Parts: sequence; C-alpha cells; structure tokens
Amino acid sequence: MSDRDAAGGSAEIKAGVEGYTFGSVTDKISSVVLQRRAGLGWYSGFALSFLLTMLLLVSIAYLVVKGIGIWGVNEPVGWAFAITNFVWWIGIGHAGTLISAILLLLRQQWRTSINRFAEAMTLFAVACAGIFPVFHTGRPWLAYWLFPYPNQMGVWPQFRSPLIWDVFAVSTYATVSLLFWFVGLVPDLATLRDRSNSRVGRIVYGLLAMGWRGSARHWHQYDTAYLLLAGLATPLVVSVHTVVSFDFAISILPGWHTTIFPPYFVAGAIYSGFAMVLTLAIPIRAVYGLEDFITSRHLQNMAKVMLCTGLVVAYGYMCEAFIAWYSGDVYEGFVPFNRFTGPYHHYYWALLTCNVVLPQLLWIRRVRVSPAALFVMSLIVNTGMWLERYVIIVTSLHRDFLPSSWGMFAPTFWDLSTFVGTLGLFLALFFLFLRFLPMISIFEVRTMLPAAQVETDWEDVD
Amino acid sequence: MAHRPYGLLAEFEDATALVQAAARAHEAGYKRFDAYSPFPIEELHHAMGSPRSRLPLIVLIGGIAGCLGGFFLQYWAAAIAYPINVGGRPLNSWPAFIPVTFECTILVAALSAVLGMLALNGLPMPYHPVFNVDRFALASRSRFFLCIEARDKKFDLESTREFLQSLGPREVSVVEP
Repeated sequence: MSDRDAAGGSAEIKAGVEGYTFGSVTDKISSVVLQRRAGLGWYSGFALSFLLTMLLLVSIAYLVVKGIGIWGVNEPVGWAFAITNFVWWIGIGHAGTLISAILLLLRQQWRTSINRFAEAMTLFAVACAGIFPVFHTGRPWLAYWLFPYPNQMGVWPQFRSPLIWDVFAVSTYATVSLLFWFVGLVPDLATLRDRSNSRVGRIVYGLLAMGWRGSARHWHQYDTAYLLLAGLATPLVVSVHTVVSFDFAISILPGWHTTIFPPYFVAGAIYSGFAMVLTLAIPIRAVYGLEDFITSRHLQNMAKVMLCTGLVVAYGYMCEAFIAWYSGDVYEGFVPFNRFTGPYHHYYWALLTCNVVLPQLLWIRRVRVSPAALFVMSLIVNTGMWLERYVIIVTSLHRDFLPSSWGMFAPTFWDLSTFVGTLGLFLALFFLFLRFLPMISIFEVRTMLPAAQVETDWEDVD
Repeated sequence: MAHRPYGLLAEFEDATALVQAAARAHEAGYKRFDAYSPFPIEELHHAMGSPRSRLPLIVLIGGIAGCLGGFFLQYWAAAIAYPINVGGRPLNSWPAFIPVTFECTILVAALSAVLGMLALNGLPMPYHPVFNVDRFALASRSRFFLCIEARDKKFDLESTREFLQSLGPREVSVVEP
C-alpha cells in the first residue's frame, strides 16, 4: 500500500474541493435545499416510496386488528421475518455511527462529506428496525411495559433477560444517534436560516438553529461536545450489536449459543451498513452533481471497509461451522449440516455467494473505481446480509432438539408487505431529508478548504 | 441614559486576519469581546485567551450518575421491589446487570454533553443584537467578525472604533442593542 493510500487519500479528497471558496461550498450544498426545484426523479422516487409506506401502514393496521397470526410465524419458528428485519435494519444503521464517530476519532478527514447522510441513514434505519420488535410483541399498545416504571401491578422488567438489554441498547442508540445528528446540524441550520428566501424557511430553520451565531466561545464548547459524543458513540455502537447478538447467544439453542456471535454480528453490521451507504451515495452524487465532495476516493475507501468486514464475517461463518463440528455435540453438529443440505440450503448457499464469494471482486481495483460496479456490489451485500439473518434465525429454530417438534416457516403476503413497507418508509424519509436538510455537512467541508488554515507564524501571544 | 450600542462589529475577509485581530484585542486588554466564524477555528480560542471548557467535567458527572442510577435501578427492581427466586440463585446477579448499566451510562453522558453544551452556550437564544447588522448573515457563510461589546470597561465608541480600524477590517459597524 502506498503512502497516499495509507493516508486515506486525503490529498486526493482535498483536491476535490480545491476550486471552492467558503461561499461557493455553502451555495452549492445549500442550493439543493433552498433553490433547486425537485426534479421528476425526486417526485417519482418519493411517490413510489410513499406508496410503499402506505402499504406498511395497511400491514400494521391489519396486524393490530388480527394479531401476528397473519404472519407466517409459528411454533417452532416464532421469530422469522420480524426479527430478521429488525437485525438487518439495526445493522445498517451502524455504518452511520461508525463514519461519524469512529472515523472522526481516527482523524479520517474523508468522512466529512459523507457523515451527514450516513447519520440520517442510521436514524431512519433504526426507526424501521424499531417497528418490528414492537409489533412482534403482539400487543404493541402495551410496549411501554418494557420500560421500568412504577405501576399498579407492582411488577418490574426482568433485567437478566437479553431482550430487556436490547430495549435499553436500541433506545439509547436511537437517542444518541439523534442527538449526534442534530448537534452536527445546528451550524448548518443557521446557514439555512440566514440564506433562506422564504419566511417559512427562515422561521423553521431559525427555530431549529436555536440562535446559533458561530461565536468562537460557542464553537469551543461545541467541538468539545461533538468530540465527547463521538467518544461515547463509539463504544455504544459496538455494544448495540453485541447486545443484539446476545438475544441469540444467551439462549441455549444450537446454532445460536456461540461466543463468536458478538464480534461477528458487529462486523456484519458494519459490512451491511457500508453497503447501504454506497447504495445511497452513488445515485445521490450522480443526480445532484456532488462528485467534487463525494469523490471516487470515498467510494474506494468504503469498498475497502466492506472488503475487510466481509472477510471478518466469512471468518465468522467458518468458525461457526468448525466449532459446531469440533464441539462433538450432536445437536450443534446437526445445525451446519442442516444449513448445507436441509430444506433451506438454497438460502445458505445464496448467502455465501453474496457475502463471501462475490465481494472478493473488490480486491480488483477496476471494480473499486467503478461506481456502477460498486452499486451492484452494495445491493449484493445487502441481500446477502439479509439472508444471513434469515438463515441464522429460521434454520436454527425450525429443527432444534426434538424431531417431533420440528417445523417449517414460509413467509405470507403480510410478512413481505411489512418488510417492503419499511423499505418504503426508509426511502421516503431519505427523500424528504434530501429536500429539507443539507445532505453534506457544510461547515465541516469549509474546514477542509485551504483557506481554512490559519497561518500561525505570528503566534507568540501567550 | 442615552442610546447605548451593544458594541462594535468588525468584519474580516479571512480566518488568519480574525485570529490576529482577536489576539490583538486580547493583548489590548479587552475582556468582553467575541469572534464569529463560519466554522470552528482552534487557534481562535487560544488567541482570545478564553478558559478551558467545563463540559468534560459535566459529562463525567453525567456518566457516573447514569452508571450508578442504571445499576441501582436494576438492583432495586430485581433484589428489593420484585425479587424472583430462581432455584436459590442470588438476587443481586450483578454480571447480568452490566449491559443495561453501560447503556444508561452512555445515555446520560450523551444527554449531559448536548444539554451541557447548550446551557454553557446560553442556547437557545432567540434574539441577539449582532443579528441587527445585516452583513452578519454572512457569518454563517464566508465572513469573519469580531465584536467588542459596550459592557467592556475599556470600551469607548471612538477609541475602540479606532482600535478596530487599525486591525485592517473590511468595515466596522455599530451593533444596535
């Protein structure tokens, strides 16, 4: 690896914004929100995703009326689609936090132009994820029972259960992601407030900006807060998917009861999350002409992260199968055998193809520099990661200890419609985000410009 | 008392000029002044001679409070308020309480980071006199400003204006209160 590569290609990324000034960066990014009319593409994309959101609402309404029997869940496969989708969406969210927090602490400057929309992606993905466990409880109107609060029944949540850990982990994650995103937005909201031509825009952005005026004393507290939040979000993001994996690993079910789960779930989460960032970034930069900010180097760096986490995930699959065999336990040993050859073997081999075999193409430079190839690759990885969760959940549950209690799972229309509906909700929220908030952090891009460097040779004040 | 302005606002074209101006104002003995920039400038904070942020301490206290609160919530619920005897296992099963304790630590620490930052900055602040200067809208885009406030002991409309002019600003304007 050359020095240039080792530095994350920061010279190349800085070269992308070379020709810009503070003013033109501001105009370019804020014009998407303030001036540019939404094109036919935006309207048709939003209309389609809005329709799917309506499908989600119909599916949920019908579920509340009839109960979760409308899904394909049964005994023994009680988790199936709902938890597959929950884990998939939560995992996607992790890349946003990784980009905004961990890469900030590692001083990877290239994160600057992708962190805002990656964080938005996190929020929307967590919103989609949250729907599934809540409605999977069957009585979503009692979901608040999961939280500890004094009640007339005199009962308290069982804090020894990983499912309660999950409630705390996911709700903390959602809250901290929202805070992080909002704090990052405040200076840009002030920019929009000062530049909006409409009265409504000035009032709404003005309220949200809370009177931010770019004071040096404020910036100092702000930077401190942002850095501390990044430091807090870093262990948080690792803990969230670890706790999600505990939902499985703490149980005694063959195929779930393994210690490799936490690291391998975290790697898988980052893997799918970076795939989703690419799925979103590649069309956005083309449509809005943001190639100067989201450069080919950004796409290549993300492809490398995908390649790396993909290999960790591949190690996880190997380790899982090896330990199952090595344990000498007949039930554990049966799980990989059932995955390779059982009724769901198509899913398993498709998962290996999507997650392990095809991503090896990312070793080839020609694939990493081609946005079209990366876009296809990101869709493949997203599919593969969904299949992974499906295989983990369904193949472990459907044949456990007693053959007399074995069963099969097949999704119903409502399983599919709820899942597709959350895809619609995710995209609809994202389309709105593109129109109403700056998708790239304007003030952070300003700090990347050469003019932002203060000459300090005069400085001997103290 | 007669009409008294909020202060004097000087506009600069680039970051280095603002940092130099802030350092000069600090050297000249001004205390009540502030610099405004469209992005954070680390050097500016040093040049102004402002104290270190107290925010890390607030976040530490928040984190400790979240940690203790989270743990004792679980201890109280599992061992005192709603004890469940499962084969004589200990009620205070602390290893099982670690994940929630950890999440509570992060949650309260993060909330104190954001709310603490807003409180220390006095935000939200719907009205501030500097916005009365039309060109101040550029502070969130491309320009740099230094405002010496009238409540400073050394402030005098004429001599302070002369001082600001000597720093080579684009223009100096009076900020209405």
